[in-house]
Amino acid sequence: MSFTLLSANIFEQIVSMLPSSFELGLITALTVLALFLSYSMLNVCDLSTDGCFTLGAVVGATVALSGHPYLSIFAAIIAGMLSGLITALLQTYLGVDSLLSGIIVNTALYSVNIAIMGNSSIVNLNKTETIFTKLKSLLKDSFLDSAYKIIIVFAAVALIILFLSFFLKTRLGLAIRATGNNPAMVKASSINPALTTIIGLCIANSFTGLSGCLMAQYQKSANIDIGSGILTVALASLLIGRSFMNKGKITKRAIGAVLGACIFRIVYSIALCFNMPASMLKLVSSIIVIIAVSGPYLQSKYPLFMRKLEVKGIKLPGVSKMAKGGEK
Amino acid sequence: MLVLTNISKTFNPGTLNEKVALKNLSLTVKDGDFITIIGSNGAGKSTLFNAIAGSFFTDEGRIVLDDNDITMDSDHKRSRSIGRLFQDPMLGSAPGMTIEENLTLAAGKGGWFSRITKSEREAFKAKLALLEMGLEDRLEQPVGLLSGGQRQALTLLMATYNPPKILLLDEHTAALDPATADKVIELTQKIVEENHLTCLMITHNMQQALNLGNRIIMMDSGRIIFDAEGEEKKSLTTSDLLEKFKENAGKTLDNDRILLEK
Repeated sequence: MSFTLLSANIFEQIVSMLPSSFELGLITALTVLALFLSYSMLNVCDLSTDGCFTLGAVVGATVALSGHPYLSIFAAIIAGMLSGLITALLQTYLGVDSLLSGIIVNTALYSVNIAIMGNSSIVNLNKTETIFTKLKSLLKDSFLDSAYKIIIVFAAVALIILFLSFFLKTRLGLAIRATGNNPAMVKASSINPALTTIIGLCIANSFTGLSGCLMAQYQKSANIDIGSGILTVALASLLIGRSFMNKGKITKRAIGAVLGACIFRIVYSIALCFNMPASMLKLVSSIIVIIAVSGPYLQSKYPLFMRKLEVKGIKLPGVSKMAKGGEK
Repeated sequence: MLVLTNISKTFNPGTLNEKVALKNLSLTVKDGDFITIIGSNGAGKSTLFNAIAGSFFTDEGRIVLDDNDITMDSDHKRSRSIGRLFQDPMLGSAPGMTIEENLTLAAGKGGWFSRITKSEREAFKAKLALLEMGLEDRLEQPVGLLSGGQRQALTLLMATYNPPKILLLDEHTAALDPATADKVIELTQKIVEENHLTCLMITHNMQQALNLGNRIIMMDSGRIIFDAEGEEKKSLTTSDLLEKFKENAGKTLDNDRILLEK
């Protein structure tokens, strides 16, 4: 009796959390789309993502606080773009390793972010007009009254996907994709791969900035830790999305990335309902990334492993000759 | 016309691994020349191509292409007038992108934000049909699905889509099976003739070096040790080449992959 009561309770809890986890998933999806561009297309693992997300959040929050809710969105986008520009310049023209330049910018952004918040580590937006409160008052008493949050985040994601599916088919977009795929070929097409890397990272980081800005305004506060670990969470989402939508057109793959972000959030919310501490989010996302990255690697090593056992004369119980064709 | 004047390149200067790859090399390539290049291991054949294409800057000397001094131009800038194929068929195209996307980049037409147009697609199809590999029906397939020979043929098409002033072929058929290699050589000849391209080709096949082109160059230790064209080239045999090499280099040709006969 008490068991069924409990499970009904949890079920209700999960359902009640669905809208917000969907909204949060879509906000993170913007960062996932940034990684889709930088990691999947450009083949650059941009480690400045955490700092850039926070930058977008604090810039957006600070500008909103000064009374410009609409301007805050553009400010965050431009801030993200600048951050991407610096990360890109470091690795293209200043001889800094790609991973290292991300780490350096990430570290530098910590100080920058604190400075933007006026030497504080938190900005409170409880009584500030944000893009969310603007739309809320606009939709007041209409039938969309309670949907204002989802409308904003959905519109943002849809716009970015539209942009990406158009942009990645243009000549510049193709050049950016080729830079990640085969840099030698880009050079042979008289295009400077340094330029495509710079443009790609600027655009990707503008998405990350927007993502951070929406997150801050959504939860009505920005703090210096808002972006910590977002890279791993977004990477986990990207890889989840990739696991079921890897092939096909760019648009389809981008939508896969967004779905991955939503699935990640929803699974995480469900875990929370089963009393998983909220602080476990980052451990869980790390484990997902490890599984997604090392899974295919281990799978490719499996036949070799079995062959080693065979050569050494070790027999595993219950394993037949199946192992030989294990690849693919 | 491509004029190389006294170009030199030393790798790892001042270290134990110092290697003089090009030594005061001068070469004038006339418009319409088809030069085959042979030489021993480490003679500097590929280094010569790298110098022309701008993969590195030479330590000394000048490179002038059609009266433009390109000595200090970056490789991507030079690629506007210099096309290049490598031995590895994988190097010339992006495997994750479709055939038409690869061709769009090679064609380089339109602005940065232009997309593939219908007329471009038709042009791609017409060009691909010339390869006689059925690629014209596979425009939207990723290049990664093609065989080595198909990819090399596609790369050849991409490198010559806008006819370059100089085409560099670095043993571009060496990694292909003999039948496919013949086919790609045939295509190369056809494209070079049709577009009146100026072409330099490294090969380790002596007979091929003699059969193709109007001029032959032999390299050793970063220098050109033998250069013959026209009638003189036509009269050469593989044993002549071996003899010339011994005479001019003071040693026997030691290319471990060299093919004396076909």
